[in-house]
Amino acid sequence: MNIIVVGLNHKTAPVEIREKLSFQPQLLEEAHKRLLKAPGVTEGMILSTCNRVEVYSCVNDIDSGIREVKGFLSAFHNLPLERFEEHLFVCSAEEALKHLFRVASSLDSMVVGEPQILGQIKDAYQTSCKYKAAGVILNKLLHRAFSTAKRVRTETKIASSAVSISYAAVELAKKIFGSLEGKVVMLVGAGEMCELAAKHFMNSGIKDIYVTNRTFERAEKLAEEFKGTPVNFNEFQHTLHKVDILLSSTGATHYIIKPEDVTEALRARKQKPMFFIDIAVPRDIDPKVNDIDNVYLYDIDDMQGVIEANVKGRSKEAEKAEGIIAEELMVFIHWLKTLDLTPTIVGIRERGEEIRRKELEKALSHLNGLSPEQIKVLESLTSAIVNKLIHNPIVALKTHAKDHYRDMYLEAARNMFNLAEKEKIETEELEE
Amino acid sequence: MLFYITLFLYLAATAGYISYLITLKKPISLISTSILIVSFILHAAVITLRYPELGHPPFIGIETLSFLAWAIVGIYLLVEWRYKVYVLGSIVSPIAFILLLLTVIIPEGELHVPSYLRSIWFPLHVGFAFLGNAIFSLACAAGIMYLIQERQVKGHHLGGIYKRLPSLEVLDEINEMCLFIGFPLMTFGIITGFIWSNAVWKTFWNWSPRAIFSIITWLLYATLLAGRLSVGWRGRRAAVLAITGFSIMIATYFVINIIWGGHAFK
Repeated sequence: MNIIVVGLNHKTAPVEIREKLSFQPQLLEEAHKRLLKAPGVTEGMILSTCNRVEVYSCVNDIDSGIREVKGFLSAFHNLPLERFEEHLFVCSAEEALKHLFRVASSLDSMVVGEPQILGQIKDAYQTSCKYKAAGVILNKLLHRAFSTAKRVRTETKIASSAVSISYAAVELAKKIFGSLEGKVVMLVGAGEMCELAAKHFMNSGIKDIYVTNRTFERAEKLAEEFKGTPVNFNEFQHTLHKVDILLSSTGATHYIIKPEDVTEALRARKQKPMFFIDIAVPRDIDPKVNDIDNVYLYDIDDMQGVIEANVKGRSKEAEKAEGIIAEELMVFIHWLKTLDLTPTIVGIRERGEEIRRKELEKALSHLNGLSPEQIKVLESLTSAIVNKLIHNPIVALKTHAKDHYRDMYLEAARNMFNLAEKEKIETEELEE
Repeated sequence: MLFYITLFLYLAATAGYISYLITLKKPISLISTSILIVSFILHAAVITLRYPELGHPPFIGIETLSFLAWAIVGIYLLVEWRYKVYVLGSIVSPIAFILLLLTVIIPEGELHVPSYLRSIWFPLHVGFAFLGNAIFSLACAAGIMYLIQERQVKGHHLGGIYKRLPSLEVLDEINEMCLFIGFPLMTFGIITGFIWSNAVWKTFWNWSPRAIFSIITWLLYATLLAGRLSVGWRGRRAAVLAITGFSIMIATYFVINIIWGGHAFK
């Protein structure tokens, strides 16, 4: 049994290719069905987000499995393989497991530590279960991945540090203003990024949010959402002096905030510092604004730089996370190895022998004065019973060793003979 | 003996604050502060015990450095308690250590205290002036930090230095607070100086370089105060003025007091 992953993500493929290969939610049922029809593919899960399309599958043979999954991607999207093969990445066995653990722990994300990806994997797994594409191995694997992600989140600071742009903006504002209590934030234009940042600022005790937009209704709606104040777009420059932090993301093609606007506002507010964050492309705020005393301007690239600096500072945390992943990987690989025919049969035999010996000893301690022959008879009697009892299960395991039910039988046998006691407890812990 | 323990403790506090600066571990800052508080108390004892031995307040000759160090540490402890800026400790404690060390290194000549220094106005004059100096030294340290931190934030270099320095607002507040407290003290120092001069020489003003530079510094701080209150001079400009003011003060002290031997008393 082998686990492989075939796919592409923000590191290997540009967005034009990623969007061509992404799976629409309503097509996932069909996709899972067709994936499982590929010869040698026993289990499968499709992870499709805006940054990645990855197909995780269990296959009988690695090389033919990879070929099949590639063929599936090409056929399903009606796209010749040559068009996207160079952007595909492929890994198998331990590498594939490690990849999944890293993705789930958000170490492979564009913004390392962002929490969304775990939810996306959970959805993908649920979908796969719903269409009966996930079996024993993927079940176990995904639960391991979730617990790994949980450990990484709680045991390292990867997730809690300033990772997203909006979080970084708040941190930066704190270095400028000390505390954000009583400060006024203004949103110019409305983008998702801006709104997210506004939410972060809301949680740090700011006094008010001004919202302005070319269409006043939109400003009103947003202001209502944030319990803020809508401002008319044509005269927002006149309220600038009341604003401490300004987030801008309009679609304007020219600068809408110029140095003279800012100088005037500063005079009116007695030179109290101002912090501008320009998320728009092309930019909304004249870069010369940064040259004015007591004014700090960051554009989207500068913010990206802040995040990178944070990431560098957290390389130690990332190392810790990789350590956790390695640990969890070992636990899973150990389990995967036991899920082989030979160790299972040996385990069943050992379990039978163990019970036989224990019970025999108990009986012998009550029976005094048995001759060596009589003891021999008891020995062979008990052996015969145990062997007969475990004979059929072992035959069943061997019969199914080569078909689709193999892992199910193995897992069932391990549970029935209590060979997997330890692993079972671990799994239960995960599911709470 | 007590003196050398104090000296050693200042060195220990320096090491503590600097290792906090490197590791950013909270317990280290607490230990450093405790050491600094103990050395501050011991230092007070050193100064008090030496008083009868000297027969005059520690405002003449080399003793002034010891008093200045003690005042700076005391005011720093207040600032730290109010603003939690432990980073400033890594500047203040080595300064205290060096100032105290200088009192041992620089040979003290035979000091005879002239009668005009025995006036009651003299210790008042120097006491106020020194407290003012001590406060302005902190404003200067905060100003230097402000300039460094502002460079980081404006230049978008957010590395280790950025992480270790306090926020711009806190640094500017320290500057402001030092100005609000330091300026009246300095003014009192100058007024008592006039009175003392009048009591001894029957004239309010003599043209000693010390007096002239004191007035120049005073004017500089007065300008900063006025600018702050009226048009909101702050941040960078306030930091630069605080650094300039203190530099003039230090230059005056060392060049005139030590090399020329105090006010050019006739």
